[in-house]
Amino acid sequence: MSAGLWLALAGGLLGATMAQAEGVVAPSDVVFEDGAVAVSLTGAPGNPENGPDIINKGSGNCIACHQVSALPDLAFQGEIGPPLDGVGDRWSEAQLRGIVANAKMMFDESMMPAFYKTEGFIRLGDEFTGKAHAGEVTPILTAEQVEDVVAYLLTLKD
Amino acid sequence: GALSLIAAGSVVADEPAKLVVNGEIEMVTETEAPAHLDAFDTIYSGWTFRTPETRMLQMDDFDNPAMVFVDQAAEAWDTVDGSEGKSCASCHGDVAEGMAGVRAVYPKWNEAAGKVRTLVQQVNDCRETRMGAEPWKYDGGKMVAMESLISVQSRGMPVNVAIDGPAQSTWEQGKDLYYTRFGQLELSCANCHENNYGTMIRADHLSQGQINGFPVYRLKNTKLNTAHARFKGCVRDTRAETFNPGSPEFVALELYVASRGNGLSVEAPSVRN
Ligand code: HEC
Ligand code: HEC
Ligand code: HEC
Repeated sequence: MSAGLWLALAGGLLGATMAQAEGVVAPSDVVFEDGAVAVSLTGAPGNPENGPDIINKGSGNCIACHQVSALPDLAFQGEIGPPLDGVGDRWSEAQLRGIVANAKMMFDESMMPAFYKTEGFIRLGDEFTGKAHAGEVTPILTAEQVEDVVAYLLTLKD
Repeated sequence: GALSLIAAGSVVADEPAKLVVNGEIEMVTETEAPAHLDAFDTIYSGWTFRTPETRMLQMDDFDNPAMVFVDQAAEAWDTVDGSEGKSCASCHGDVAEGMAGVRAVYPKWNEAAGKVRTLVQQVNDCRETRMGAEPWKYDGGKMVAMESLISVQSRGMPVNVAIDGPAQSTWEQGKDLYYTRFGQLELSCANCHENNYGTMIRADHLSQGQINGFPVYRLKNTKLNTAHARFKGCVRDTRAETFNPGSPEFVALELYVASRGNGLSVEAPSVRN
């Protein structure tokens, strides 16, 4: 337990001191206000066209837990979280960014994984190998991917 | 969860509602949750969540692909191995008599060892200290077959592992692990198997993660699989560093998870997709 935890923390520290692409907010620097994140993580608007790919398995894998009626080609849509239909009406851009970056800031104890976070994990593994993680920790989604998926979610209106 | 789980598989008209093996062993696949478990009122065997086709395979030993391995273990039971010139049968006699009811109470506290032992560890203890034979690999083919043979002698009996007395601290360690949110996805066993059983996570119909059916034969990998191998897969899927089969953590987790199924029938070896 402690070895994994230590690596996770060390990795997080490393990540924080790493040079970030210009204008990109590092995972540990993201500011949440009532679960929402006001500023773009890349400093630029996202591209909604990349949304469906990120929602698919192999990437954000949102589809494991959520249904999206607008994406009928994605097979096996999960039922753990609410369908994402109409989220663009229910939530603001800042709120959606906060939910995707770290849903636990919006929903206490949420089962939804934090997609833009690099610290505080227990027994962090190396992807899905089951082995301990070593070195720098990367968030599940990049800042750009978070912005792209948020831009896509905003198009999901009832 | 209960309603959705029944509904999800009910497309086939003659689906089996009750699990009766070989037309004679009536299995309890749904019963009142044990008193220590606050999370739900009713516990369900993993059998309940599988498709009618998969469920059918478990109803007759001629259809159950696991039985080939059980037959192999029956041969091993009678085979002398090790420096002492003994087989399991030398001390335990006929497996049907010697091992009746054993599976139902394992993992179990062992006074001499001063710790909780899984069935696998007990078998290896007999091999090493009583037969003078090499231990089998914890989740290797020979061991999982022997575990299945021993389990068959308890089929239909209620799981009844002890969680108090000297086993209590191990049980509590297992409980802690069950509720720990591991890995980059920060998911605990409870996130999936307690809070969301009966729903779909991608293509999988989530069960309560009971182990009364273990070892299970999986159609996917065409072999018998131990509970510890399943735990390992589930922990790995949270993007965590897993524990190993036979580790103290998984022994504790096995005791705890088994206790969540106290009251369900021993079903092993069962069949999964
Ligand atoms: C392991 C399950 C899981 C995964 C994977 C997941 N979510 Fe969620 N999500 C949830 C749950 C559960 C909720 C409900 C909030 C709560 O109470 O925890 C939720 C809520 C949401 C909400 C708010 C929905 C509403 O109508 O209120 C949005 C938006 C969302 N998720 C987007 C995403 C996106 C985008 C991804 C992938 C990048 C994703 N989720 C991946 C489980 C998940
Ligand atoms: C991300 C979700 C998830 C997490 C977390 C998870 N599991 Fe699972 N588990 C599954 C899925 C999916 C299956 C296959 C469908 C089923 O049987 O529920 C499964 C199957 C199982 C089974 C086999 C049940 C059967 O009857 O064949 C057991 C036992 C099990 N899990 C135990 C655990 C334990 C113990 C933990 C925690 C260490 C855990 N799981 C964590 C998703 C999960
Ligand atoms: C030389 C005698 C001897 C041989 C050979 C032997 N055992 Fe044992 N076995 C015992 C004794 C004695 C116990 C009780 C041990 C204890 O409680 O610590 C036992 C206990 C067990 C138990 C636990 C029973 C319970 O009620 O808790 C299992 C399971 C078991 N043996 C399986 C096997 C298998 C499988 C083999 C062969 C691979 C085997 N044994 C070979 C003597 C033997």
